Amino acid sequence: MTSGTKTNTVTLRYFAWVREKIGFAEEEISLPAEVATVAELIEWLKARGETYRAAFDKPEVVRTALDQTHARADTPIANVREIAFFPPVTGG
Amino acid sequence: MGIRIQTEDFNIGAEIAGLTGGRTDIGSVVTFTGTVRGTAGGAPITSMTLEHYPGMTEAELARVEAEANARWPLSASLIVHRIGELHPGDNIVLVITASAHRHAAFEAAEFLMDYLKSRAPFWKKEARPDGTSQWVDARETDTAALQRWQKSPSKAAE
Repeated sequence: MTSGTKTNTVTLRYFAWVREKIGFAEEEISLPAEVATVAELIEWLKARGETYRAAFDKPEVVRTALDQTHARADTPIANVREIAFFPPVTGG
Repeated sequence: MGIRIQTEDFNIGAEIAGLTGGRTDIGSVVTFTGTVRGTAGGAPITSMTLEHYPGMTEAELARVEAEANARWPLSASLIVHRIGELHPGDNIVLVITASAHRHAAFEAAEFLMDYLKSRAPFWKKEARPDGTSQWVDARETDTAALQRWQKSPSKAAE
């Protein structure tokens, strides 16, 4: 990636049934600059294929973490290196 | 203060001793232990597998523990959470809180469990005798339990 290109390279990580629906646990991806928030990223991913559409069929159910901190649908993703998607947590 | 995520079992007595041994400032120790139930929705399960998010899970537990220590005058605290394949009756999670007085220890232990259940990235998958398995759904009651702590500040901290 040369400097000046308007893309953002991030690592996407998937857990639990989100991982199972997408088919793998992790990928590195170059995002266009216009994908600015978590909600926009989910829409962008859904356009990539059937497995993503299945994982994000009910996007309001899927939780997101940016650089390992809980985030919301409207949280900006600029300068974030790791974005994780997972179901509501069920520990304890 | 301590956080551990591990596949192996824990020994409650040894963990308490490790936390309080040699100290004379602690008047109260509260422990909570979560264990695997043998049924889910009335149907038997054969095992439960716990997945986590290495890095974030530890960070989230540390944030929760720091928040408890900010709210209550704790002398010591420990969270141990198991991952991997567990079976009915197995230990899942241990929370220990120690304080000079019991109210802080009781309340902080409950707070830690409520926060852990709704914020720490762990996911449970249950296997049934017929070979099928299913991810456990999050409970609305866990979210409601969390809201209690957002409304009322601690009495014990006064």
